[in-house]
Amino acid sequence: MDKLLDVKDLKVSFNTFSGEVQAVRGVSFDVNKGETLAIVGESGSGKSVTTKALMQLLPKPQGFIKDGQILLEGEDIVQKSEKEMQKLRGQDISMIFQDPMTSLNPTMKVGTQIMEPLIKHQKMSRAKAKERAIELLELVGIPDASTRITQYPHQFSGGMRQRVVIAIALACDPKLLIADEPTTALDVTIQAQILELMKDIQRKTESSIIFITHDLGVVANVADRVAVMYAGKIVEIGTADEIFYNPKHPYTWGLLGSMPTLDNDGYDLIAIPGSPPDMTDPPKGDAFAPRNEYALKIDEELEPPLFKVSDTHYAATWLLHEDAPKIEPPESVKRRMQGIANTGTAPGVAKDGEK
Amino acid sequence: MASNEKLLEVKDLKQHFRVGRKGVVKAVDGISFDIYKGETFGLVGESGCGKSTTGRTIIRLYDATGGQVKFNGEDVHGKKSTQELKKFNRKMQMIFQDPYASLNSRMNVQDIIAEGIDVHGLAKNDKERKERVEELLETVGLNKEHASRFPHEFSGGQRQRIGIARALAVKPEFIIADEPISALDVSIQAQVVNLMKQLQQEHDLTYLFIAHDLSMVKYISDRIGVMYFGNMVELADSDELYENPLHPYTKSLLSAIPLPDPDYERGRTRVEYDPSVHNQDEESEFREIKPGHWVRCTPTEFQKYKRELESKS
Ligand SMILES: Nc1ncnc2c1ncn2[C@@H]1O[C@H](COP(=O)(O)OP(=O)(O)OP(=O)(O)O)[C@@H](O)[C@H]1O
Ligand SMILES: Nc1ncnc2c1ncn2[C@@H]1O[C@H](COP(=O)(O)OP(=O)(O)OP(=O)(O)O)[C@@H](O)[C@H]1O
Ligand SMILES: [Mg+2]
Ligand SMILES: [Mg+2]
Repeated sequence: MDKLLDVKDLKVSFNTFSGEVQAVRGVSFDVNKGETLAIVGESGSGKSVTTKALMQLLPKPQGFIKDGQILLEGEDIVQKSEKEMQKLRGQDISMIFQDPMTSLNPTMKVGTQIMEPLIKHQKMSRAKAKERAIELLELVGIPDASTRITQYPHQFSGGMRQRVVIAIALACDPKLLIADEPTTALDVTIQAQILELMKDIQRKTESSIIFITHDLGVVANVADRVAVMYAGKIVEIGTADEIFYNPKHPYTWGLLGSMPTLDNDGYDLIAIPGSPPDMTDPPKGDAFAPRNEYALKIDEELEPPLFKVSDTHYAATWLLHEDAPKIEPPESVKRRMQGIANTGTAPGVAKDGEK
Repeated sequence: MASNEKLLEVKDLKQHFRVGRKGVVKAVDGISFDIYKGETFGLVGESGCGKSTTGRTIIRLYDATGGQVKFNGEDVHGKKSTQELKKFNRKMQMIFQDPYASLNSRMNVQDIIAEGIDVHGLAKNDKERKERVEELLETVGLNKEHASRFPHEFSGGQRQRIGIARALAVKPEFIIADEPISALDVSIQAQVVNLMKQLQQEHDLTYLFIAHDLSMVKYISDRIGVMYFGNMVELADSDELYENPLHPYTKSLLSAIPLPDPDYERGRTRVEYDPSVHNQDEESEFREIKPGHWVRCTPTEFQKYKRELESKS
């Protein structure tokens, strides 16, 4: 498969009054053409900062890329000037931000907002851009698009506004679409529509998607591969099946264990105890160790490397070292791994829907 | 554990908001349900269907447009005297969705938690007040050093714990939790839900739990009510609702929940709800299809749902 994006040992920091916040501490991953990579992890783990670094949209001057390479089709974009980046952002990479209301301009007609990047970056004529704007609104499933383009954002419902944001992000046929919690604010029915839409568009355009969310149900729906972040690092990465059915890192166990399945009456949810480390002074060993009931002595001293589980699956935990004690994941995670947990057939309607 | 003694009885509750000069939003339009002592009643439905308005009207943040709310057999919405209202306020508390906005940022944690204690005169002196706050902090898994800090020094999950401690401070019997975990991330959601379950057992609490996340609602609730546009369309034990959903809106809602299981997700088929399937010429009413399982339906649909259930069993 063709690699579109290759991130190598990316480090991002912020200078603050209380010192240097090491938000991203050496992250490496790649994204293939036409692939969806989901990034999960708890609040503050560095998901948004990682993607903002890719777009070079870190708040300046406090935020900066400290080290690493971001190769887009083989070319390092860390070195690019702001002017070159602007062109890239309009054409090759685009981003959907979490809150549709703040990313639309309330005083500007929806159509104008979609047309703007087309005129600016693709040098389209106004008439041509208008035609394309209507086409895009239709593509994201907004009926009566030719009247809709003359309306303002407040005349759209929440779900429709999010579709407009998606239409803008897609306007220039980006090679890479970064979606930061695009559906978190929406309810399940609208969320399902938008996820279907994004997958549909991806099939048509062969674009790659980086999808940030903390809803593991959404991850299971959209992701080809999943990266799990903790305290500024990727602690586990693999195909969706590997992460859900054969997780190796205790933090991933914790994440999966804290989602209820539909039949876990009698099984307590596992809450991950404690809170994340202070990123101005990250611990020297495994950052997750203080919250990890399976932590080993070595975790306090030495950070675990990424151990290889398969060609596509890696996890940073000393439990994978050949000398480590053999540890079974918690019961609820094991049930999930063995496919016993009843996430697969419930609820009753799934049967109804089958053709 | 849930008993069969009714704690809260809601009858034909209506909340209509006037908007602009002529417009009226029927946010809640005649809903009826009971909540039993010790149970958790889950309320779900899409954004804007009237869940928060229902909770807020029950606790009298709004005056109801119509209908009745009884608490322990007493009609609470008929009460006029401030004395009676105060007594009732103590028994019923609310936890709000947004742990960031719902705590006063200029007050320290001790004063936030003790607000209700002060209003209801539940502490004889400062020493007792302080002890009570410390005890509450411990109950929700924080510690007494936290008492002098301010909300912005806490994480989302910790703030939601402070909100819970504040609600518990006046020893309520009934708590309305309006999306208490939606703003938190998954691992912290589990912490808060486990805490709420544990407190329910220790303090004999009854909950109305309003939420978006259907798998979490299923996990925490004994019974679930599904709302659609100001009406309750289905109500059943939570297992029953997931196994035998009858109303097409419930089916559509359940079919849209993403589950953390890639195999299931690859095979998902979503059912869309089309309100025009209901025959408008027939009267829709909330009817009991089998004991404890209620659906809003027309007489014809009633027969159809009955047959649907029979064929399944
Ligand atoms: N402008 C900033 N100045 C200082 N620190 C920052 C800034 N922006 C982010 N950080 C810090 O960087 C770390 C990573 O933040 P990031 O926004 O990437 O988290 P996230 O994984 O996206 O979390 P969430 O799920 O809450 O969106 C956090 O510790 C955060 O406090
Ligand atoms: N104070 C008010 N004045 C006018 N209309 C209101 C008011 N409060 C709520 N509404 C309207 O009543 C309806 C129900 O709102 P409510 O907040 O109860 O929905 P909800 O089910 O809690 O939704 P969400 O899941 O988004 O929180 C909505 O159409 C809303 O716009
Ligand atoms: Mg973020
Ligand atoms: Mg609400």
